[in-house]
Amino acid sequence: MSTDKDYSSRSIDPAIQQMLGKAESLGVKTVWDRHAAMQPQCGFGETGLCCRHCLQGPCRINPFGEEPRTGICGASADTMVARGLDRAIAAGTAAHSGHARHLAHTMLKLSQGKTPDYSIKDPTKLRAVAKRIGVAVDGRKDLEIAGDVARAALADFGEKDSFVTWATSIVNEPRAKVLLGLGIVPKGIDFEISEIMHRTLYGVDADPVNLLLAGLRCSVADLAGCYMGTDLADILFGTPAPVVTQANLGTLKADAVNIAMHGHNPVLSELIVAKAQDMEKEAKAAGATGINVVGICCTGNEIMMRHGIPSCTHSVSQEMAIVTGALDAMVVDYQCIMPSVVNVAECADTRIITTMDICKIAGAEHVAFSEEQAGAKAKEIIAMAIGAFKARKGKPVFIPAITQKVVAGFSVEAIVAALRKVDAKDPLKPLVDNIKAGNIRGVCLFAGCNNVKVPQDLGFVSIARKLLKENVLVVATGCGAGALMRHGFMDPANVDALCGPGLKAVLTAIGQANGLGGPLPPVLHMGSCVDNSRAVALAVAVAGYLGVDVDKIPVVASAAEAVSEKAVSIGAYAVAAGLPTHVGVMIPVLGSPLVTSVLTDKVRGLTGGYFIVDTNPETAAASLLAAIDERRKGLGL
Amino acid sequence: MNARKEIFAKPERCTACMSCVIACGVEHSKGKSLFAACTEKPAPRSRIYIEWTAPERKTPILCRHCEDAPCMHACIVGAITQGDDGVVTTDNDRCIGCWTCVMVCPYGVIGRHAELKKSYRCDRCPGREVPACVSSCPTGALVFGSVEEFSKGSRRNAAEEFAKGERK
Repeated sequence: MSTDKDYSSRSIDPAIQQMLGKAESLGVKTVWDRHAAMQPQCGFGETGLCCRHCLQGPCRINPFGEEPRTGICGASADTMVARGLDRAIAAGTAAHSGHARHLAHTMLKLSQGKTPDYSIKDPTKLRAVAKRIGVAVDGRKDLEIAGDVARAALADFGEKDSFVTWATSIVNEPRAKVLLGLGIVPKGIDFEISEIMHRTLYGVDADPVNLLLAGLRCSVADLAGCYMGTDLADILFGTPAPVVTQANLGTLKADAVNIAMHGHNPVLSELIVAKAQDMEKEAKAAGATGINVVGICCTGNEIMMRHGIPSCTHSVSQEMAIVTGALDAMVVDYQCIMPSVVNVAECADTRIITTMDICKIAGAEHVAFSEEQAGAKAKEIIAMAIGAFKARKGKPVFIPAITQKVVAGFSVEAIVAALRKVDAKDPLKPLVDNIKAGNIRGVCLFAGCNNVKVPQDLGFVSIARKLLKENVLVVATGCGAGALMRHGFMDPANVDALCGPGLKAVLTAIGQANGLGGPLPPVLHMGSCVDNSRAVALAVAVAGYLGVDVDKIPVVASAAEAVSEKAVSIGAYAVAAGLPTHVGVMIPVLGSPLVTSVLTDKVRGLTGGYFIVDTNPETAAASLLAAIDERRKGLGL
Repeated sequence: MNARKEIFAKPERCTACMSCVIACGVEHSKGKSLFAACTEKPAPRSRIYIEWTAPERKTPILCRHCEDAPCMHACIVGAITQGDDGVVTTDNDRCIGCWTCVMVCPYGVIGRHAELKKSYRCDRCPGREVPACVSSCPTGALVFGSVEEFSKGSRRNAAEEFAKGERK
């Protein structure tokens, strides 16, 4: 096995480097090979100067100011780029809110008694959410409230008399005023997506600034969808609290039935986790030591946050879990599942099982999951994995012996609960006091994916390392959290090595007040990508405590290795919420000087937030610190 | 000694994706990256062109660096010279922007740089082993090789066609 070759330009994760050696010796093509085969990539696409919105096209505009200077319809570079960006935001919004709608339907069916396998796991959160959105709770049963909450959620999708409830009920007053003033409060989540498709059609909106404002409004609808996704998942499956677990490929077990849950929605993965416990006997009868469920990407984050299920790997390295030869089934729902897993699986006897109507992959096996028959379907899927194990038993596997300890589960509720142990009456006070005193210089959220264009994890790890040393409190979601957990950033034992003295003192004080006998981990895992809503909720709470708008507090965000259009819509709502937001890969807007200057500068005058586009982690970290310091100065700190 | 290399085009392979146009612009920018090049002033100039002829032929056209270059003979101030490597170059310090070279060029590949008030053309990417346009072509429509190699390839193709006919 060629493990001596240097794969650090592909991934800085040592487990993935070992698997790259194995993949190469087996002749398995991976995302990195396909990326190499794709070089050079098209410069028109890279700059956003390519339009396929009508049949007179495709059109492309010369990025150097020569002919062609407009599309055939006359659309300028600015219009073309703004239209393309809007469509990316709409796609991201559709995905997050589709996830949320799936949860709302599940909850509605639960309230109607149609889904025996689900229940209300967090009635406290149910009542808190109900109160927030104006659903009556007094004297009512949980399921009645749940039905109304689900109906209110579903009502947020279409156009109605009022604005989207999950947008208006989650921000504080100053931010609501800013959004209303700009006309970027969404009327309906689906309405905004649909309106983006309309206005970016051939011969509709050709005013780049008008297009960008519509994109921002759609991104606020995305925030609503994310927030709804988090709320409903917490109600149905429990609000996360700290758990201790592990991450990386070493969590696979050669002699167990290994099932990787990949995708996003806990509606499926929760059931697999529950039913796997019931089917241990069948697994043992097949000669396995048991059933080992692990996570990949965000559904992995969902079950890690709530049940401490280990995370196998994330994002760009998803194929590598299969390359170990130890994975019996990869069970997927939707989003971020590379169709290539089917080809890689052919070399490893892994069964790829799709479960959702909207996400089938040619060459995979499909089990049509339904909430009504959730338990039975989950058992059917697990039985398929046990069958795969029987076929694999005795064959050689290569699992890198690499795991990292992870302390996860930091929902806002969990963070507040931990702070309450420090100050029972005024839990946010210790956090805000430490921000004021400078022990915590600011807060940075790491979110988004791993992009094959960046050596995997290098962006996240480099920037987080620098910010932690500078006493920035770091929280993370999605595959950003995945990257940081695989490099030990969620192991409390690494606080000494990673954190500056101020931050270390705060993490230690909170940890000790909570009887942990040590600090909280250097980076707080807040959940999956819809759970960026948790970071927004935390920022809104801190701003509320200080009595200022979100754009005044020293909070920044970074999607250091973004891939998905979901990352574009999240980035846009972070900017709409008022945060300086770093993106570590080029977004296809540089072909328009106007759009570029709006996103990186002028939007600041509107929302207070702005994009920092920088592919160099060192200078990006410096920019994020400068943004934090600028805001501290603004607050007189 | 290696045979002198030229940039050859295979129009039947060209999809007019314009990747060569972009790569050429980037190579001739100060920042040497697409994203820097987009904002540079003056904007960098591409020196390769794709011409379309009905019904669907797309042909990359660029300076042929003619052995007996008309532009070189026509240049009134003697600014155009041919190096030992065969590359025809215009000395910008001497160029007066009279566009005589443009009038005599049979390929129309000499451009006018409005800001610099000078002519510009393909310089074969000094410092690069393979010119940027050739490296960037995703379909192999541009080839960097010697006349001998290119002709050999054409002869082989012709021979194959001949053999096919014989087998029928």
